[in-house]
Amino acid sequence: MENLIALLIAAPLLGAAVLLVGGRRLDAVGHWIGTLLSAASFVIGLVLFAGLLGRDAGSRTLIQHLFSWIPVAGFQADVTFRLDQLSMTFVLLITGVGSLIHLYSVGYMEHDERRRRFFGYLNLFLAAMLLLVLADNYLLLYVGWEGVGLASYLLIGFWQHKPSAATAAKKAFLVNRVGDMGLSIAIMLMFTTFGSFAFGPVFSHVGDTSQGKLTAIALMLLLAACGKSAQVPLQSWLGDAMEGPTPVSALIHAATMVTAGVYLIVRSGAVFNAAPDAQLAVTVVGAVTLLFGAIVGCAKDDIKKALAGSTMSQIGYMVLAAGLGPIGYVFAIMHLVTHGFFKAGLFLGAGSVMHGMNDEVDMRRYGGLRKYMPVTFITFGLGYLAIIGFPGLSGFFSKDKIIEAAFAKGGTEGWILGGAALLGAAITAFYMTRVMLMTFFGEERWRNQPTRSPEAPSAEPAAEHRGEHAEPHPHESPKVMTIPMIVLAVGSVFGGAFFSIGDRFLHWLEPVTGHSEGNSPVSAWTVTGATMVCLVVGVAIAWAQYGRKPVPAVAPRGSLLTRAARRDLLQDDFNHVVLVRGGEHLTRSLVYVDHTLVDGVVNGTAAGFGGLSGRLRRVQNGFARSYAVSMFGGAALLVAATLLMRAV
Amino acid sequence: MSFPLLTVTAALPALGAVATAAVPAARRTAAKWLALVVSLATLALAITVLVRFDPGGARYQLTESHAWIADFGVRYELGVDGIGVALVALTALLIPFIILAGWHDADPLETGSRRWRPTQGFFALILAVEAMVVLSFEATDVFLFYIFFEAMLIPMYFLIGGFGDRAHEHGEETASTQRSYAAVKFLLYNLVGGLIMLAAVIGLYVVAGNFSLQEIAHARATGSLHMATSTERWLFLGFFFAFAVKAPLWPLHTWLPNAMQESTAPVAVLITAVVDKVGTFAMLRFCLGLFPEASKWATPVILVLALISILYGALLAVGQRDIKRLVAYASISHFGFIIMGIFAMTSQGQSGATLYMVNHGLSTAALLLVVGFLISRRGSRLIADYGGVQKVAPVLAGTFLIGGLATLSLPGLAPFVSEFLVLVGTFTRYPAIGIVATLGIVLAALYVLVLYQRTMTGPVKPQVSAMPDLRVRELVVVAPLIALLIFLGVYPKPVTDIVNPAVKQTMSDVHKKDPKPEVEAAK
Repeated sequence: MENLIALLIAAPLLGAAVLLVGGRRLDAVGHWIGTLLSAASFVIGLVLFAGLLGRDAGSRTLIQHLFSWIPVAGFQADVTFRLDQLSMTFVLLITGVGSLIHLYSVGYMEHDERRRRFFGYLNLFLAAMLLLVLADNYLLLYVGWEGVGLASYLLIGFWQHKPSAATAAKKAFLVNRVGDMGLSIAIMLMFTTFGSFAFGPVFSHVGDTSQGKLTAIALMLLLAACGKSAQVPLQSWLGDAMEGPTPVSALIHAATMVTAGVYLIVRSGAVFNAAPDAQLAVTVVGAVTLLFGAIVGCAKDDIKKALAGSTMSQIGYMVLAAGLGPIGYVFAIMHLVTHGFFKAGLFLGAGSVMHGMNDEVDMRRYGGLRKYMPVTFITFGLGYLAIIGFPGLSGFFSKDKIIEAAFAKGGTEGWILGGAALLGAAITAFYMTRVMLMTFFGEERWRNQPTRSPEAPSAEPAAEHRGEHAEPHPHESPKVMTIPMIVLAVGSVFGGAFFSIGDRFLHWLEPVTGHSEGNSPVSAWTVTGATMVCLVVGVAIAWAQYGRKPVPAVAPRGSLLTRAARRDLLQDDFNHVVLVRGGEHLTRSLVYVDHTLVDGVVNGTAAGFGGLSGRLRRVQNGFARSYAVSMFGGAALLVAATLLMRAV
Repeated sequence: MSFPLLTVTAALPALGAVATAAVPAARRTAAKWLALVVSLATLALAITVLVRFDPGGARYQLTESHAWIADFGVRYELGVDGIGVALVALTALLIPFIILAGWHDADPLETGSRRWRPTQGFFALILAVEAMVVLSFEATDVFLFYIFFEAMLIPMYFLIGGFGDRAHEHGEETASTQRSYAAVKFLLYNLVGGLIMLAAVIGLYVVAGNFSLQEIAHARATGSLHMATSTERWLFLGFFFAFAVKAPLWPLHTWLPNAMQESTAPVAVLITAVVDKVGTFAMLRFCLGLFPEASKWATPVILVLALISILYGALLAVGQRDIKRLVAYASISHFGFIIMGIFAMTSQGQSGATLYMVNHGLSTAALLLVVGFLISRRGSRLIADYGGVQKVAPVLAGTFLIGGLATLSLPGLAPFVSEFLVLVGTFTRYPAIGIVATLGIVLAALYVLVLYQRTMTGPVKPQVSAMPDLRVRELVVVAPLIALLIFLGVYPKPVTDIVNPAVKQTMSDVHKKDPKPEVEAAK
């Protein structure tokens, strides 16, 4: 059965190759090839899943060794895959949600002349992500890791003719590379410490080395995770990544990419468990990011950017949980899966709204859309209820568990982390209610606004191509788009309950991640109660601001915090001043130094020995050849002289 | 006597050069085809060498040895080890692509032009360079090596000075002046390096009494040839200086951007992907092989210079406005990695460095040849003159991106394997240097992606709007290189199998063992 593992990756990889090399001949069918191969991978995943379920909980790890990749003395990197409960969970999420997004894109990208290439990139994205979660050693994981970075680069910058898209793509790749640096240093540290970077040998020898080494490795892994999962301080690429077509956002935010960091931490649990300082750093990063993302999400008027803030925040929850150790690993992954459902659904819903609204993204120009897009409204609404943690829906179960686990960490840390998570829940309820109200309720603010102001062009340039600048006529999207939304909505509603009742998910994942209960200072019911209070408060404030009174079509100036949040809490301003400007000055002065100083000194030194500069001038006047001849003459003389010396 | 395969592999392009030059002026196209056929036949010979080479066998294989200048102890001695055989194969592989990519680079400017554009000469010179480079990789006699190491400067000089890009922003007059400046700078730097090396070669002869690499290395290993510490260090420095100019290592690098900027893209590939490799190759073979103690003595300084090269080259690449200069500085950064890998003196570092030489040849060729196609369409080397090319020429843009991704060592492509090996091999012995060098991977992403963004994305500039996509000849050049980059990224084993034994021998030359991991987990 393990021989099937490679096929999981091979199917979408083949799709990517065929679609990207195949050329225009495949334009007519390319999108179906891509969707089918993605679905094929999902089916193989289901077969393997059934196979795993048929085994004992203790023997659900399958290893497939393909070939020796980099064999160099003392250094052994193999192409070996590991399928266990953790990677299986990811495989199903990636291929399942990924296939739905493929299907949705068939409709969404219908009018794009480069649709074939889009599907090629989507397939590449899936293949890279599958490689990442199936690799049995860190170096192979690194290949998938950067492959995901490449695919996101290609997809975020898919509309390359827009400078903003090209810039956003480059930024995403660069910020990710900073994280990648962490991963490569972590691998090098593992190699010097353990002589290996394969999961088995590393995890089984964690006890044989010092805590300092392990902390260093774990912190480098955290740096890597921060890049891929858009955690503070490497979060700045995520908001800009909205430049990509909306299905890409769904893919990046739900099934792939940003979940990779959480995977890395949970997979490396053995290392983190032995490095408490690093774990503390993980929880701090998670807690800061969950608040950071939530605050940014409150201030954005662009529906996709509001959702992007939300993703950052939700991934923050997962990272926080992953930092808690065995108390939190299972819940980090459970929230990751349920989030995969509702966030994909929300993004696809947002895309559907934009599709019906001439690709408008500004929620201040929405309003009252529930009448015109009933399916989108209902599916989006269910996703909304799930993400805020409405009792009984997916987010309720998974987020509640994380908040409980945070308190269960104990001590002052537990109170702080738990408090942050609770506060985050309130803010989540606020900003998501705000999105919901501004989009589907209230006045129809899109009426009498026929043309878009040229200063604020839409993120989706397709509209410009289609020449749709007339007053929007909101309409429901075609079936090929709404069906994936409905499926995801079902997952958003029932996923959490299905996983939690009887602790199904816990029992499934426990053999890989381990689990401990911790001892919480507050009871589970108290936590649930407090979460509910937070939820109600958040919703109420949003209702008071955006439901009871009309939403102004132009954003009010807002408080200092609001203005900062609109600018992503000044992260880009900071990066610009410190890194971009500083870097520009550095490279410019180095170019000058190289041209005058280094070149000059070396030439000058040489001139000091042989009067070269004078000759250079002569040469430039046309004596080059004679000069070359004379040089060789000199060399020949030298040889002759030594020959003579030898004779004497 | 067995068939002199190594001699023939070098003699064929040498004879081909003469024959190509002798083709009458009117039969220009015939000369091109002749050169291409010769280069392909040389490739076939190189593959034969590769197949006949037994990685598990003696250190030097397919050896040939003849007395040459008996009085002087100079012998005609050839032989290849795993490192040499890999580089001979790389050279022979790249030359056909270089010829094909430069197919029209030496055509007369316009028909009936009075100006002499020696088409035949262009291709003859390329073959001449090939012959000498191959012989440098094969020579196991120090003096013989020196001759070819120096002699290749002559054809290179004429290739740089005689053939530039078609159009030039400052007009043909300025272009020609700048070209000869670049050519002379190239020549002078390398000649000065070569002359210092010559002194060291003679010094070595005075000490050792012969020029045979194997004999001297053997005598040194067995202790029958004693060398005073200071003598060894001086000789080492003499050799190393020449190789550091050629490689080139900071701060001796400034000739490279000039030379690559002014020459046509195929010649630039010849410089950086082929000729410069002789420098790094010779560090491994001669510096480490002949002067192990001095090599270890100089290691700290060389590693720091290599580290400076890596970061300095990358930072300067970020600041360039000229595409070819950008690639030149990127190469300086990459040579820093190669030299760092050699002098880290670990198996991973040296295997990585050797692999890096091969992979850098492929990746630079892929990127730079596409750059050449791009420049030939627009007639400008300035980044600012491009924009939105991917919209009008998507295949060109795609191949450009893959070449760029190889240059930034994306995992899955060949350069990643070698770069990571170099980093890890350095890290095990010198953690601080290894970590700082890792910054290079971020900077590489910066210069590649900024270049791609400025030239290929954004709105289509009017001057590029009529740009044709890649032609069949151009695709034939690029596609195999890309295929190789992917293949060796996924399955580098064929190369590592050849290289590993040679690296093991080099490691024993310098009496170095790999640092042991703290925990013997793998065992």
